Amino acid sequence: MSNETKADARRGRAASFLGGHWIYLFLALEIIYFSLRTGSFASLNALQILLYYGVQVFLLSMAELFVIVTGGIDLSVGYVLGFASIISIKLMEWLGPLGLGEPLTVLIGVCATLAVGLIPGLVNGWLVAYLKVPPFIATFAMLGVCHGVSELIINGVYAMGLPKLAADIGSGHFLYVTKGVPPSFFSRPVVDRGVKVLEIVPDIVVVTAVVVGIFAFVLARTRFGRHVYAIGGNIDAATRSGIPVKRRLLGVYALSSFLASLAGIVYAFMYVSGKADGGASLLLDAIAAVVIGGASLFGGTGTVLRTMIGALILAVLDLGLRMAGTPTFDKYIMVGVILIFAVVIERYMPEARK
Amino acid sequence: MDYILETRGITKRFGGLTAVDGVSIGLRAGEALAVLGDNGAGKSTLIKVISGVHKPDEGEILIGGKPARIESPMDALAHGIETIYQDLALAENLDVGANIFLGRERMKRRLGFLKVLDDGGMADEARKVLDRLDIHIPSLRSTIRTLSGGQRQAVAISRSIYWDAKVLIMDEPTAALGVAEQKKVLNLVRTLKDQGIGIIIISHQMYDVFEVADRLAVMRRGLLVGERVVKDTTADEVVGLIVGSETVGKER
Repeated sequence: MSNETKADARRGRAASFLGGHWIYLFLALEIIYFSLRTGSFASLNALQILLYYGVQVFLLSMAELFVIVTGGIDLSVGYVLGFASIISIKLMEWLGPLGLGEPLTVLIGVCATLAVGLIPGLVNGWLVAYLKVPPFIATFAMLGVCHGVSELIINGVYAMGLPKLAADIGSGHFLYVTKGVPPSFFSRPVVDRGVKVLEIVPDIVVVTAVVVGIFAFVLARTRFGRHVYAIGGNIDAATRSGIPVKRRLLGVYALSSFLASLAGIVYAFMYVSGKADGGASLLLDAIAAVVIGGASLFGGTGTVLRTMIGALILAVLDLGLRMAGTPTFDKYIMVGVILIFAVVIERYMPEARK
Repeated sequence: MDYILETRGITKRFGGLTAVDGVSIGLRAGEALAVLGDNGAGKSTLIKVISGVHKPDEGEILIGGKPARIESPMDALAHGIETIYQDLALAENLDVGANIFLGRERMKRRLGFLKVLDDGGMADEARKVLDRLDIHIPSLRSTIRTLSGGQRQAVAISRSIYWDAKVLIMDEPTAALGVAEQKKVLNLVRTLKDQGIGIIIISHQMYDVFEVADRLAVMRRGLLVGERVVKDTTADEVVGLIVGSETVGKER
């Protein structure tokens, strides 16, 4: 090999490495930049705020990832979120007077909402897998249906009346550390005014982390996950090798809507209200996170870890710009630029696949 | 010798079009049968019926002399009928092991109850079957996307062999390959015949047919118009059968 071709090979490897790792580098640079610019960005508090307000996008982007890996898209997740936020509150409001006690009311309300939240996904999956409706159309229609039904339920206002326990979970933390008092889990210790209580990891961040972990495992290590990749890689090959493609697609869209519903419940717990368009603006963030994470919209590629990095890049940007006091329009411009950057890198510096 | 696979009067219609019209063919173990015909002659449809992709409107399929229900690709696979399509049906985003085990993934237990993909085990098995067929692929963890046409064909064949194919159906196995790779694939076909596997080859390439096939069946407009033993026929006669200019000696 001549020196020139060696140098070429080295450049190729470097480009491939960069193509595979730029998101980590970008996230690090982003954090460094905002830390230098605002001072208070590099703190436990800022980190927790970032994760707290990021949970919806984490959950929605994971929902979107599964669908995108199959080569589809789910445009309904944002309004399924809104729908679920309303349903959960309405259900708990209705369950409240039955005298079950708050914990049971909340538990039943959450489980029932998750069950109801499967319906949009099952319909989407049925349309896509069995009736061969293009995912874009099927889920776009579902977006409208969820929006309309949500508004009908709440008559154009907010859903209110969340049990106090649910609101406490929504604003509570996993661990409270106070000087002179043993650390306490899940409930804030009663302290004198002025005593500082260190709050560590919001409850809903813990829930989100567990759910993300479970679904990362599902996608990477289970038969279902392998089939999801196979369908996105070559749907004919998947069919011919005996993979139950239709059932898997049904499952993927149901899973997407399940995660969106969970995000909706979390929304209700956080904001103590249900809103039809509560997740409307999050759809694009979710898709952006998946694309920044390197997944192809043609399907077959993408991982949960990289999607979460993509979502973190957006979350850091959002909070960083807010703390720096710049108008939010800056964020839209930046997201657009990063998105284009991600796609160009993916095209011209493709990661050498193992 | 008895047929390991036999079709009797297979008919398949699509709307008003009869794609396959009462076709009966038989295949013995260790034999290569070439199915020839012009575009639209019904070769692919016949193959898809045998491999469970299409359900026939009439006729039956016998395996080892007994009627078999083949209503899905899974049924065909369960009967040891493996099909390698022209497009190879590989998931290019997955690695060699994952492709060989596609739809039949090998799992292992973790923590006593969690069933997880056994990627290491699948790669080991892939290595064994590739060695058995004398196929060299540098890294089994590389995705199919990074392999050459011949290597892809070899992976597709290995997949069939791994699953103990009794009958291997190959649709245009050499169509997309370079000359050297064509030779390798034909050698592979001979190896498979020696191992007692019955092979059905669909091909346009007369050279392939005369190189490895023992018998040939010619289809035209959905009908079976002739069967020949390869060593008793000539390329001219076969071409005549395909285009329909030669009807002499239809029954031998």
